[in-house]
This record gives sequence, structure tokens and C-alpha cells, in this order.
Amino acid sequence: MSEVKKFLYVNRKAPYGTIYALEALEVVLIGAAFDQDVSLAFLDDGVFQLTKGQNTDGIGVKNFSPTFRALGDYEVTKLFVEQESLDERGLTTDDLQEVTYEDEDDDWAEKPSIRVVSRAEMADIMANQDVVLSF
Amino acid sequence: MSTLHTVNKSPFATGALVSCLDHCKDGDAILMIEDGVYGGLTGTTVADRVQQKAGSVAIFVLSPDADARGLATDRLLAGVNGVDYDGFVDLVADHDRTQAWL
Amino acid sequence: MDYDVNGTTIAADEEGYITNLADWTPDLAGVIAKAENIEMDDERWEVVNFLRDYYDEYQIAPAVRVLIKSVKKSMGPEKGNNKYMYELFPYGPAKQACKIAGLPKPTGCV
Repeated sequence: MSEVKKFLYVNRKAPYGTIYALEALEVVLIGAAFDQDVSLAFLDDGVFQLTKGQNTDGIGVKNFSPTFRALGDYEVTKLFVEQESLDERGLTTDDLQEVTYEDEDDDWAEKPSIRVVSRAEMADIMANQDVVLSF
Repeated sequence: MSTLHTVNKSPFATGALVSCLDHCKDGDAILMIEDGVYGGLTGTTVADRVQQKAGSVAIFVLSPDADARGLATDRLLAGVNGVDYDGFVDLVADHDRTQAWL
Repeated sequence: MDYDVNGTTIAADEEGYITNLADWTPDLAGVIAKAENIEMDDERWEVVNFLRDYYDEYQIAPAVRVLIKSVKKSMGPEKGNNKYMYELFPYGPAKQACKIAGLPKPTGCV
């Protein structure tokens, strides 16, 4: 078997104005089959992807925000959200939906997948990857 | 361990360049391509921020893209250098990863 | 490849997944199953309903390994395993059961 690589999917776009956000999520779900060490980064307008209360009934496209909650089933458990990006947009963590995973190594305890990090920490996370995929 | 960052949008259209500048690390390189090359100009609202980074981060514009847009070398910030397509390939090869700022 | 349910035509793509998710009915499930040479029974309905609930909650059809893991969690290991699931749906528990459940082809099925 090939060695496990660290993959970071960088999300910088709001959810419905362009196809980037949905495409990123689909690539993450497909890529999850390859047993790599996957993280997602949400910064700039990407933080809007995780807000609660999205309802797309009126615009005729699928609301894919619930799909983030399935990522734990795909063993994607690290969703890094940048604090400064939230601040700039008048958002707090209370505005974000809850995303959890069950920790196999801790008797399946339910834990939060979303981890809010500073801009400096986000830069460190980006610099610590084998592969960075941008959307 | 270092990263090559590419920026392909004008800094006056999106925040990609500024976000890139805010996240890159000393020893990284930034390559401005397509409309991203406008980020290398002097006298703009982002020029100071680009100039500040130029000490710790190597900053390039893709010359064919700059030429296409009529950006003469003397309009580019000091410390912002042109590379051709071969130089682009070398930059990719010389860094551990490439991160696109779309 | 469309389906005929009591005289009504239901549109489907070339692989047999229905085009409009809202077209699904339990009768249609029976018709799709028949086209797949599968006879629906309680065990198969349990999986199909599970998939529909999963889609309703997460807006995706799960990949096969995710489906089996989730079935194991909610219905127990005697059902959440490859052997049981492939006996019910020989051409792939996710692909085939999703088709019968009127869902898109699973995301992340490789």
C-alpha cells in the first residue's frame, strides 16, 4: 500500500453563487475512498458554506449544507474554520451548523468536527500538507 | 518545506491575492498569472502589501501574461520578477507543494 | 431506460437511475427491482428505507462502505456486513439499492 498523504481541501467560496463549493464537497466524498489524511479548510467566503438555516427551495438548486454532517461517516473529521474570516463577515461559531463525528479510538464518543483556528494557525496548517486542493 | 502560491485573479476583483499574502510563509514563492499579474503593479491599493512581503517571499509574474496585458517591466514593483513558462515549471519543481488561490 | 408504473412512464438515465427524485413511489421501487431481477421483501425494504432516510438527512446517497458501516450501527452487525448486503443486492448494495430507492448513484462509489 502507498503511504498516507496529508490532503487539504481549501474552501474560499460561498456556497451557491458558483459551483466551487459543491464540487469541492463531491471531490472530498469521492477522495475519501482513498484512505488519506484529509482536512478541510474554510476561509474567506468559504465560511459561509457552514452557516445554519440554509434553504434553497426558492432558487431551484440542492441545499448541500446537510451533506457536511455526513463527512464523519466518510472519516473526514477535521474541518478547520478561520476565526478572522468569521469576524470579517459578522459571524460567530453560533452561526455555524454543528458537525460531529464518532471517534473510533474513544469508544465512538461524539466529537465536534469543526475547529476554529486563527489565521496564523491556518497558515501553519496549509504549510504542513503534502497536497493542497483549492476550490 | 515551502509552498508555491499561484494567484490568477486581479486584486481589484477578488480578495485572493490579499488572502494569499496573509497566509504565505517566509521562504514561500508567489507567482501571479493571468489577471493575477495586475497584483504586481506599482501605485495600486495593494502595492504596499505586496512590497512588504517581497522581502521574505519571492514574488513573480508570468511574463507572457504581463506582456499580453501591456504591463511593462518598469511598471512592476521592485522585487517582483518575471518568469517564462520554463520558469513556472522550475518554481513548481523547486517547492514542496503548489497552492492555487482561485 | 424509462420505467412503466401502471401505465405511467417514469424517466430514468441510461443506467436506470430515475431522473426526478420526486417521481419515486413504492410501486416504482417494485418495478425497478424487477428490472434488476430482484424480488422486494422485508429485508430489502429495510435497506431501501434506510437509504431514503439517509438521503433525506444528508442529501447524499452514501458510498457502499459508508452504507454498510451505517447499517451496522443502526441495525447491528448481522446485517451491517458485506455478505448480508451483497446477498440482498448482488450488483452492489449501494448502487442497486439506491437505484431501487429512487436516489442518485452513490457519491464516492469507486
